[in-house]
Amino acid sequence: MKINTIPAKRLLEIERLHLERLSLQKKRKYVRNVFVYFFMIVLSAIFMLPIFWMLSTSLKLSAEIFAFPMEWLPDKAQWENYTTAFSKYPLWQFMGNSAYLVVVSTIGQLISVPLIAYGFARFEFPGKNILFLVMLSTLMIPSHIKYIPLYWAFDKIGLIGTYWPIILPEFFGHPFFIFLMTQYMRSIPKELDEAARLDGANSWQILLRIILPLCKPVLAVIVVFSFLWNWNEFMAPLIFLDDFGEYPISVGLAFFQSRYSVEWNLFMAATLVSIVPILVLYFFAQRHLIGGLSAIGVKG
Amino acid sequence: MIKKYMLSKREKSAAIDGYIALSPWVVGFLFFYGFPMIMTFYLSFTQWTLVDEAQWIGLENYVRMFTRDPVFVSAAKATGLFVLYSLPIKLILGLLLALLLNLKIPGMDYFRTIFFLPAVISGVAVSLMWIWFLQPDTGVVNTILRYVNIEGPGWFWDVDWALPSIAIMSIWKVGGAAIIYLAGLQNIPAHLYEAAEIDGANKWQQFWKITLPLLTPTLLFQLIIEMIDSFRIFTEAFVITEGGPLNSTYFFLFYFYEEAFNNFNMGYASALATFLLVIIFTSTALVKWWSTKWVYYEN
Repeated sequence: MKINTIPAKRLLEIERLHLERLSLQKKRKYVRNVFVYFFMIVLSAIFMLPIFWMLSTSLKLSAEIFAFPMEWLPDKAQWENYTTAFSKYPLWQFMGNSAYLVVVSTIGQLISVPLIAYGFARFEFPGKNILFLVMLSTLMIPSHIKYIPLYWAFDKIGLIGTYWPIILPEFFGHPFFIFLMTQYMRSIPKELDEAARLDGANSWQILLRIILPLCKPVLAVIVVFSFLWNWNEFMAPLIFLDDFGEYPISVGLAFFQSRYSVEWNLFMAATLVSIVPILVLYFFAQRHLIGGLSAIGVKG
Repeated sequence: MIKKYMLSKREKSAAIDGYIALSPWVVGFLFFYGFPMIMTFYLSFTQWTLVDEAQWIGLENYVRMFTRDPVFVSAAKATGLFVLYSLPIKLILGLLLALLLNLKIPGMDYFRTIFFLPAVISGVAVSLMWIWFLQPDTGVVNTILRYVNIEGPGWFWDVDWALPSIAIMSIWKVGGAAIIYLAGLQNIPAHLYEAAEIDGANKWQQFWKITLPLLTPTLLFQLIIEMIDSFRIFTEAFVITEGGPLNSTYFFLFYFYEEAFNNFNMGYASALATFLLVIIFTSTALVKWWSTKWVYYEN
């Protein structure tokens, strides 16, 4: 019991020193936080500059946009630029086309991915592991290698200029989604299947009634990514569609500069409008986006 | 005896159900990966304009590519330089940003939202935004440079700056890489840092001895993904520069697109596509082989 031999005065001294050190640490942490906040705020302001500039330009008069030196803000916000953009460019049509592609593609993924993942996660059969490896390796295959043969094939059956070449592949499962779904299904206890099987359920009833309801988190990830990718997809619709009115918003926007007289205030308004659905998705479903990316980044 | 028979029957039916479940993927694989890859490879030895019969010309496309096609040289140079410029940006700045975003400070989620945002916007929208942002006379960047008496370059409209400008745009999208790093960082067990702290290691040592080694699998993943992505740069060339000025941003995939779907030289375009595929596969294999020297696996 050595501690008893330390005089009370010395104990107080130690206590005081300890507190001093703690408060020093706290102070240091506080200073560090202030510094970090300051740095982060400046950095995010810089990162938001292109978006701010797009917004500011979209609210300017045509005369203001080429003012030299440039002005950071319009004299008066011209909100009617947005109505002009909507009436001048077929924005509703483009976004409608994009929405159609997003919805149909997502449905395709939601039908095919659980079925395929179920096969990988729950059944034993010869060749399964090799097939799974092949499936994963298709993630590495750049899509450009497919365009010429698919263009030829779809041209043969008269489907160039329709949405079929873009939509059809979505009904055969994206390897990224299949991978996520398979991993998730493997984590669901097999006893659930066995119990249902004893009650007389067949494989497909088990998938629909038992497995699928438990896979909601992955289904959400699929919806979010499918939305994002299909809204932003550029090269496939550019190649397979040939009519301006059929274009999704990504391809439509890309032709603005060559198609319309250059009015950057209206262009910027249209660009901003085109990303609004993505912004909404982003703010409401960020969790799923980051979750999906993290899953593949850490396991991959 | 009976039991054994029943079990094998059950196994058999399980295998059949398994094959049925996989069948959509198998069909999709054959039609959307297998068939196109084989056909592209075959077409690369032909001359074909889509309307006539494909004519077998042997290695002629490849000979033309390697010996007498100046555009191929520009495309290879532009793409190679872009990979060289943008990869370190994405990998290093992405990691630095992730380290910042990993600091335990209240409100960090908001900053995460801001920095990740550019990574979800479409390439076309980003391109349009940046054309306007980098205008030499009235753009934001050159105006700010003028505040400090620097006359900024002509960015996309300058033959020396067009390619670096497109690489600079990828700085803006670095949040995408940062989010994946962040997941890797948060996967590192906290007790390792606690132990290191007790042993008297400072933050700098902790980074080099714990964070970086444990992050190498994520680093490898990012390196491969971003490398493939950089080789496939297309949208920026299509929307912003149309390959110019003076072919300085005539990226490989842009050349492929022009040859295939503007000039309908399907045979030559297939040779270009095959070449790019081989380059991507070889560099991925090289990176994987090299990675055995520096990637740290816990088990």
